[in-house]
Amino acid sequence: MKIRVWINEKLYEDEVAADLMLIDYIRSKGYYSVKRGCETTNCGLCTVWLEGVPVLSCAVLAVRAHGKKVTTLEGLEEEARVFGDFLAKEGAEQCGFCSPGFIMNVLAMKRELKNPGEQDIKAYLAGNLCRCTGYMGQLRAIQAYLQEEA
Amino acid sequence: MRYISKDVKKIDATALVTGKPVYTADMLPKECLVVKVLRSPHAYARIKSINKAIALKVPGIEAVYTYEDVPRIRFTMAGQSYPEPSPYDRYILEEYVRYVGDVVAIVAGESEEAISKAFKLIKVEYEVFEPVLDFTKALDHPIVIHPEEDYHNNFPIGGDRMRNLCASESMVYGDLEAAFAESDVIVENVYHTKANAQAMMETFRTYSYLDHNGRLTLVSSTQIPFHVRRHVARALGLSKTKVRVIKPRIGGGFGAKQTMVSEIYPAFVTQKTGKPAAMIFTREETFKASTSRHEMQIRVKVGSDKEGNIKAIDLYTLSNTGAYGEHASTVVGLSGHKTIPLYNKAKAFKFSYDVVYSNTMSAGAFRGYGATQGIFALESIMNELASKLGIDPVELRLKNIAQEGEVMPAYYDNRLESTALKECLLKGKELIGWDEKYPYKQVGKNKVRSVGMAMTMQGSAIANIDVAAVEIRLGDDGFYTLMIGATDMGTGCDTILAQIAAECLDCEMDKIVVTGVDTDISPFDAGSYASSTTYLTGQAVINTCEALKEKMIKAAAKVLEVSKEEIIFTGEQFETSDGNKVLTLKELGEGQVVGNMSEYLSATKSHSSPTSPPPFMTGFVELEIDTETGEMEIIDYVGVVDCGTVINTSLARIQAEGGIVQGIGMALYEDIQYNAQGKMMNNSFMQYKIPSRLDVGKIRVAFESSYEPTGPFGAKSIGEVVINTPSPALAHAVFNGTGVAVRELPITPEKIVMGMLKQ
Repeated sequence: MKIRVWINEKLYEDEVAADLMLIDYIRSKGYYSVKRGCETTNCGLCTVWLEGVPVLSCAVLAVRAHGKKVTTLEGLEEEARVFGDFLAKEGAEQCGFCSPGFIMNVLAMKRELKNPGEQDIKAYLAGNLCRCTGYMGQLRAIQAYLQEEA
Repeated sequence: MRYISKDVKKIDATALVTGKPVYTADMLPKECLVVKVLRSPHAYARIKSINKAIALKVPGIEAVYTYEDVPRIRFTMAGQSYPEPSPYDRYILEEYVRYVGDVVAIVAGESEEAISKAFKLIKVEYEVFEPVLDFTKALDHPIVIHPEEDYHNNFPIGGDRMRNLCASESMVYGDLEAAFAESDVIVENVYHTKANAQAMMETFRTYSYLDHNGRLTLVSSTQIPFHVRRHVARALGLSKTKVRVIKPRIGGGFGAKQTMVSEIYPAFVTQKTGKPAAMIFTREETFKASTSRHEMQIRVKVGSDKEGNIKAIDLYTLSNTGAYGEHASTVVGLSGHKTIPLYNKAKAFKFSYDVVYSNTMSAGAFRGYGATQGIFALESIMNELASKLGIDPVELRLKNIAQEGEVMPAYYDNRLESTALKECLLKGKELIGWDEKYPYKQVGKNKVRSVGMAMTMQGSAIANIDVAAVEIRLGDDGFYTLMIGATDMGTGCDTILAQIAAECLDCEMDKIVVTGVDTDISPFDAGSYASSTTYLTGQAVINTCEALKEKMIKAAAKVLEVSKEEIIFTGEQFETSDGNKVLTLKELGEGQVVGNMSEYLSATKSHSSPTSPPPFMTGFVELEIDTETGEMEIIDYVGVVDCGTVINTSLARIQAEGGIVQGIGMALYEDIQYNAQGKMMNNSFMQYKIPSRLDVGKIRVAFESSYEPTGPFGAKSIGEVVINTPSPALAHAVFNGTGVAVRELPITPEKIVMGMLKQ
């Protein structure tokens, strides 16, 4: 099937298989920040934005993105760098493999929630697993970042 | 100190947080063959026949390999120094399959779709055997899992394969009978810890190709590049000179990648076809066909006088190594050797173990490496003893822990050079509010809040075995290239080692370039495991920097035409003590590569330690329990760590917090289960739940640092000790809140309620 998709403001037109997942399509275009951590939509690593809304790209067919705008971490590099710096100050990027999906959701949360409390933050990001950090450092980084940006 | 005990950011942080393509699967070569393996549906079977002819006709299929195609060379996949204590008990592919998921055939093709089609067309006829699934019945079971005659041990580890016994040992110190006889109180119980998955976010993955010299090159997500080189060379019948292993950024390891898992399959395909090949494990494969934490059943008996002075400890561990014996004898050793020394005042102890084969997935390395399992048993029984004696559990510990200078018979007679365990106990007690909260408070009709605690130790590298070498070179602009073989797996060792180098050479961090690991280029390092990197490789960095400094001073003295004793090195320049003559580091750097001002300046040193100094930790938890449903909520978890000098304060804190959360997962949720046919039932994140950020409550970490004289700047290790306390501390809190002693992990609401119903 033929699709037209904007990835990070750049237009792509491709013939794709009907069962191709968005994650595989995006990675085939060189957007390697998008990671796969499972096959069961449990880990959150593959999070990208579809029309500005976070989705799990391992569970979205590429054809569903037809005519739509996809944003990956590569498209938010400056913002990622700013928040990432808070994360790095806590040492909470650790192995970094879950960082892109996690940061995509943090940046979406920042747009969506006003002055989120600790429980709001935890609930919003509950679908982003991390096996390294124990989550506390991520929380400290988010709180410091939101305070700085406020 | 400029860089020691500072919260230095990881040098690779920006690449990681902006999603740069720095991991194995982001860099696959063009036209790379996809490699997948067909896995056994049976827990124990012999392949009677296997027909691959039809599968080979599927368009896009390059090759199908079966046991008839591989070298008949037995090897181990354990990441251990040679001669490995793990038995050589596997072929790349074998006529026998020993667990559900064991490899039957290797298929390489242009796409996953083609391989999926081929899988369906490979016709395998099995002779199915009854499997041995219950590890408590494996010893001397009539069904033998490793009957093969070419089974090999490099040295005896107490195994007897015809008895399904992989390893065993028994050691006694002191007069055990007399010590129990003089005890006023004896408690004895059996504890059961389960198999857990390391569950790092990046699954196993490797790609391979032949380089321009026809050498087999692997790029792999591994903690053990040098061991992989040796194992791959052995398994393929190649000389080590023909194999090269490169480690890029790694998405977590936790011990899973201390065993070779994905490497051998693409390596074999590349060797056979000459083509680049890649294998990326799915999450399901990662769960069901790698290695887990060893499931253990631990019987422990403790004798004490009325005041709580421990007289005798008798600990026996039965450990399940599963289908293969990777890490079998070493992991189990820690269940006693890194637990019993905590109670060093005991007059006598016995530690014995059996490690058995069964038809479940192979067990292997997982953070804590046996100490975690042993500590659940020993700390739990100490808490039960304290309750029986009516002594405060913290007081019980304070009476029995070792002081600095004491020899620890259960810890290979090592002398304890550094400990702040007492301070860790007192600090944790204070932070949690122990005296006000112990044992519990009723906070609602069906709600209690209780506290629990535990203490633990680990090691720092493997004494007399682990070797870390480091090379450092002066660059022509006056910078340094630090070459290490230690494998940063997200922990931040590249940064920590650069901090140590910058401190020694008195320069800015950005003057230190740290290379990734490449066995062609990097100096040897056993790898990042056994809590070794900061302690062992860190000391090697110091030794190397000192050697380079000496060479640079000598070279500068020659240029300045003075004796080297007159030279002072400031980090930026070499000057004579009278200040009259100066040579900058940049000038020396440039001078060594243009003209003939000095020799090319580099230094290499290796380091090995005769001891493995233990870091210590205490864990204190406040838990809310619903006494009707058994539901638990962690209100507060306090961890206090003595890792010696903290080299990087933020990274050490994250290690501790992350370790505690993994420990909470083990304590409350994680349990690999098999059905009656031996198929793993929870092989996805949908079914095997690791803690999410909603599950862990509040975690607080504090440091009480001793100074370890054999470590870099006084440092010991931190990587593993941090996972050990949650299981016994949470079990203790449950006991204090409900009176139910849960002796089998995980501690579930169901077990609590069932226990309360029996009261």
